Amino acid sequence: MKPFDYQRAERIEHASQLMSDGATAIAGGTNLLDLMKLQVETPNTLVDVNKLPMEKIEAAGNGLHIGALVTNTAAAVHPRIKADYAVLSRAILAGATQQLRNKATTAGNLCQRTRCYYFTNTDQPCNKREPGTGCGAIKGIARLHAVLGTSDQCIATYPGDMAVAMCALDAVVHITNANGASRRVPVREFHRLPGNRPEKDNVLEPGEIITSVELPAPVKGTHIYRKVRERSSYAFAMCSVAAIVRMEDGRIDHASLAFGGLAHKPWHDPAIEETLVGQTPSLSLFDRAADVLLETAQSYGENDFKIPLARRTLAAVLCEATGVHT
Amino acid sequence: MPIRVNDEDHELPTDPRTSLLDFLRRDIGLTGTKKGCDHGQCGACTVLINDTRINSCLTLAVMHDGDEITTIEGLGTPDTMCALQQAFAKHDGYQCGYCTPGQICSATAMLQEIAAGWPSDATDDLLATPTLSDEEIRERMSGNLCRCGAYSNIVAAIADVAGNAS
Repeated sequence: MKPFDYQRAERIEHASQLMSDGATAIAGGTNLLDLMKLQVETPNTLVDVNKLPMEKIEAAGNGLHIGALVTNTAAAVHPRIKADYAVLSRAILAGATQQLRNKATTAGNLCQRTRCYYFTNTDQPCNKREPGTGCGAIKGIARLHAVLGTSDQCIATYPGDMAVAMCALDAVVHITNANGASRRVPVREFHRLPGNRPEKDNVLEPGEIITSVELPAPVKGTHIYRKVRERSSYAFAMCSVAAIVRMEDGRIDHASLAFGGLAHKPWHDPAIEETLVGQTPSLSLFDRAADVLLETAQSYGENDFKIPLARRTLAAVLCEATGVHT
Repeated sequence: MPIRVNDEDHELPTDPRTSLLDFLRRDIGLTGTKKGCDHGQCGACTVLINDTRINSCLTLAVMHDGDEITTIEGLGTPDTMCALQQAFAKHDGYQCGYCTPGQICSATAMLQEIAAGWPSDATDDLLATPTLSDEEIRERMSGNLCRCGAYSNIVAAIADVAGNAS
């Protein structure tokens, strides 16, 4: 690990000011320290934000505010999240291990970086780690990689589970900067597609700090998080689906869907939901929804399997949610 | 504030790069906690911070002033083994033993998590009181790898202690 200056922030503005000057925030550290050991991340200054007052889960109208420093564990086991936002509890519990979830925070998890093997190996080219060096994955080892929203510069995936559920729930990220100005960004717009700036994972500007994530009023229905991975625990998603589906009089009355493991961001497409709502559930309907999801899909050899896998995973989730038999 | 390890206060390291794991092993000589992968993937370095299990390789010692750390040395000694240590010996829950301190620290916290009603990915009903089936033990212990493959005996040892506790 390269030497760095360690500072502890006493106030949000203090942290934000240091970050405007190039410091990197550390909360749980489970992703950042891993990358610092690999010298993928080499901050000159680390600002420890753990003492900032952002560790609570609080009611906000009919919804809920999850503080930026709330651990993944605290969110997953919270009585209201288990009862009203089960898809979020399920997604968090499907990720990492208990040891990591005990340290990982809400904001840190949103900012989790890709697990692309080229990104984490400084001997390899990577436009995300070092812009302009090329993408090793496009013609290389690409099993984990994206099939939606890729660019000719980067095919990395966003690796997390929590944000996929937050995307289905249409949660909102609250952000503040050193001047005290705050803004709200829907989780659906927080992460970016790689385009020609793959080094930029999300819309945060220098000095901006996430203070909380707001969950809107609960949506009744069946909450499902289905994660397909290469071993039954502690592995990143090859494909995941977060779903909230409600039936009424034999028709789909509500559908919120988001997908993990397929793109540089949690994938949400309102056209998929429009295809489903108001319809009588059937395998052919689910196939049409998958056609919408995968209309622009492009695979890269090793990850060709992800396109049929996404189709089948979506169908399996919708069957479970609506009672249609496969 | 100092860092408190197994009920003893210690000065924090001067180099902020020192992981909690290196602090425990190198700086204060508590070599029971093991370094496996050093990247949070194997769980050999699992310790308890304020009774919560974490990977000590993925946190900086300087971030833990005022925290209470419990390592395997704080759970039991060869003469006064804790219940999980006795159960691992009885059920032969290891071969080489390198992952064992992490397994036992992890299982210690896991039994408290079950008692607190925390669900896991293997729990069918998020709102029900979890029960400790073998499937639950395997899921909840998935952050502790055993390269010797002593998993079935590790599960038996934990189930033995959980059975006695309930």
